[in-house]
Amino acid sequence: MASTHTGATARLMLSPAVALLLLWMAVPLAMTLWYSLHDYQLLMPRGNDFVGLENYVYFLTDPAFFQSLANTFALLAGVLAITVIGGVGLALLLDRPMHGQGIVRLLVVSPFFVMPTVSALVWKNMFMNPVNGLFAWIAQVFGMRAIDWLAEAPLLSLTLMVAWGWLPFATLILLTALQSLDAEQKEAAEMDGANAFARFIHITLPHLARAIAVVILIQTIFLLSLFAEILVTTNGGPGTQSTNLAYLVYSQTLLRFDVGSASAGGMVAVVLANILAIFLMRLVGKNLER
Amino acid sequence: MASIALKNVSKSFGGREVIASLDLQIERGELVVFVGPSGCGKSTLLRLIAGLEDVSSGQLLIDGRDATQLPPAWRGLSMVFQSYALYPHMSVRDNIAFPLKMARRDKETIERKVTEAARVLNLQDYLDRKPRELSGGQRQRVAIGRAIVREPVAFLFDEPLSNLDAALRVNMRMEIAELHRQLGATTIYVTHDQTEAMTLADRIVVLNAGRVEQIGPPLELYRRPATLFVAGFIGSPRMNLLGGAAASRYGAATIGIRPEHLSLSTSEGRWHGKVSLAEHLGSDTFVHVDVAGLGTIAARAAGDLDVRHGETLWLTPDESCLHRFDAQGRALAA
Amino acid sequence: MARASDNRHKLLVTSVAWVVALAIFFPILWTVLTSFKTEGAAVAIPPQFLFFDWTTQNYAEVWARTDYLRHFTNSVVISVGSSLLGLFIAIPAAWSLAFSPTRRTRGVLMWMLSTKMLPAVGVLVPIYLLFKSAGLLDTRTGLVIVLMLSNLPIMVWMLFTYFKEIPRDILEAARMDGATPGRELLYILAPMALPGIASTLLLNVILAWNESFWTLNLTAASTGSLTAFIASFSAPEGLFYAKLSAASTLAIAPIVVLGWLSQKQLVRGLTFGAVK
Repeated sequence: MASTHTGATARLMLSPAVALLLLWMAVPLAMTLWYSLHDYQLLMPRGNDFVGLENYVYFLTDPAFFQSLANTFALLAGVLAITVIGGVGLALLLDRPMHGQGIVRLLVVSPFFVMPTVSALVWKNMFMNPVNGLFAWIAQVFGMRAIDWLAEAPLLSLTLMVAWGWLPFATLILLTALQSLDAEQKEAAEMDGANAFARFIHITLPHLARAIAVVILIQTIFLLSLFAEILVTTNGGPGTQSTNLAYLVYSQTLLRFDVGSASAGGMVAVVLANILAIFLMRLVGKNLER
Repeated sequence: MASIALKNVSKSFGGREVIASLDLQIERGELVVFVGPSGCGKSTLLRLIAGLEDVSSGQLLIDGRDATQLPPAWRGLSMVFQSYALYPHMSVRDNIAFPLKMARRDKETIERKVTEAARVLNLQDYLDRKPRELSGGQRQRVAIGRAIVREPVAFLFDEPLSNLDAALRVNMRMEIAELHRQLGATTIYVTHDQTEAMTLADRIVVLNAGRVEQIGPPLELYRRPATLFVAGFIGSPRMNLLGGAAASRYGAATIGIRPEHLSLSTSEGRWHGKVSLAEHLGSDTFVHVDVAGLGTIAARAAGDLDVRHGETLWLTPDESCLHRFDAQGRALAA
Repeated sequence: MARASDNRHKLLVTSVAWVVALAIFFPILWTVLTSFKTEGAAVAIPPQFLFFDWTTQNYAEVWARTDYLRHFTNSVVISVGSSLLGLFIAIPAAWSLAFSPTRRTRGVLMWMLSTKMLPAVGVLVPIYLLFKSAGLLDTRTGLVIVLMLSNLPIMVWMLFTYFKEIPRDILEAARMDGATPGRELLYILAPMALPGIASTLLLNVILAWNESFWTLNLTAASTGSLTAFIASFSAPEGLFYAKLSAASTLAIAPIVVLGWLSQKQLVRGLTFGAVK
């Protein structure tokens, strides 16, 4: 008797969250799907005809789409490579005994808390600016030509500034994982004659595998919708050289007011994200079993 | 102090029956131990009595009054949990005082009772510590202290010693026995350890797969196990259980013989085999002999018996102490 | 002898770690330093590191000439508001998932997580149009709602992992000890759940404070949070390094400090308990 009562209470407590998320997910997604099949221009309210897959054809054959798709993955791969490799290195360094460990940790994690617009503007103006930036001065000191980073290598510049923000995240998670490694395991390996490198390859790295997977997949979620950094630095340019999928959809909607093809782009992004999501769900799901 | 009676109590979880219809009468001041392997339903039975689970059918009487539908706190029972379940954010003093505070007792009474419990349990020096600053044995005492200040009509213990190391376990077992003697309270104690059951209990309830196998005083269970299961569960080292021709010779499907009821000889006897292991415990020696066709048989011998691996020994059972069981595992009359 | 080499080793590790840490922190440090320079000193070549005329002029100007305070208020209202509103909905949900698990609990949790993986661009168009017709565009209410919804799965998950660690035994012990549901909540559950709730709140304030997809797309000038305020400096006419630095310092300082306080919980929260 008491248990059926608590069951009903439990459902009642859960339902607002479930209902809200259901609305938040289903309604806009259905609308996106609907718009994507119609010719809907914000500035021409008379249109709105059913056009089938025309928007998809338009969006997918737009050369900007392929460029943005390639850019999305280039940014993703670049940032992931820097943060994972750098993060493992930093975690190994910070795990060692040292003076002032607490402060070092605080310094290293700080960039994660800097809002994307601040980080982008600081890098763009104070470091990457070809005239007044610190990089230009450094180049000049070494007698080299100052580079206009955001014009000459927009994607690389974006990769660097975004990686700066996410490196602390990777480091922090990998460091936490590293600290849960049983010291006796390392000692046992040492007794078994494994040198420092072998211990890293056979003990430490496998122990970090799950944390690395978590880092990769969570960063992927956020990096796929990278937006603010592009908006305040390159505006996707020059041309579409630094436009990613999120920025392309944004420019279709709010700059060109073409709701139909923007929605088609949105659906493409959803499909891509879902493919990646399946992997993360599996990973986190396994963790639930323990 | 109260008597507790279970009448036709059963419990199912989602269609799966974990306690089959069960009757049990626990007298005032009695210490009853529920014992059985993990998953036998002993903890569930305790939680039914505590009121932490609802019975599926049947009746629970506390001092003759129907308590089946009463919420846990109204049954007047105290429980000591396996994990101790101490409140981590409260000091030892506040932990022990908590049930009194919930019962809205006045400050002086609370203070007096907490001090008294701390004295009995030797916790005076730790009253202001937090649970995490205590050792396992001390936590155990705090949990018991929290249980006794309420002056419950009965104590419930759910495997209270399983998180302690071996030496501490023996100590706490003696303390709990001593405490029960002092307070004389009705106590139900759940354990999977038959040694704990044998040393503590006035009466033991052996449970297996949700059914009662046998109820009785420890020595009665030891001397006259009603079923094959009880025979194998009670006693350490285990009773030797033999089937086949050795058993049919006595008109049984299985016969059982305890290690102490076998006599050893180096020259003659009923069965013979090679010694696979001799455990010298000092006071006793347990000899394991591999008998062809019967398997390994354990026998107790004097502590100074000099016997080595590989030697041949003869074993003879004391037929007056033989246990006989039918094909369903029920004991046959002697 | 072993001690001496240990000490030397520690000193080496210390110096390498400090150099690396300072390099990573440098852009923040540089921004703070620049905010105290005159505009001339800010763009001086060679750059001036410490020996310049320190001035607080930029802060005074940012304060006087821009709507910093209004954007700051917006950021506080939006991040704290969305987090509190989220807690209000997430606490009962996580509570019920952690303490009354059913066969569907796992599925519900996974589904909630999957909504977080829905890319924002996928729903940008309808949300924009819905907000436009509902008059929520460019309002703080609108942003509070959107950020609450987008962080709700993280909140439920974080709270769930914290609540799960409260042993059921303790709740049962409280019931045996005669605590009524109200007093159980007051004396046992609240004290034990509070640290988890606090770190969930903290992490979500940080996430909402720095959120920059919805804040940039759904607001214009008046209700813009600090993210949008700083973005307005990207216009060429706004380019004064010292003032940009002062405004940036003001925008990030509160949240970096909060972040320092919550860095341990951050790992748990952002990995949904997969790494502790």
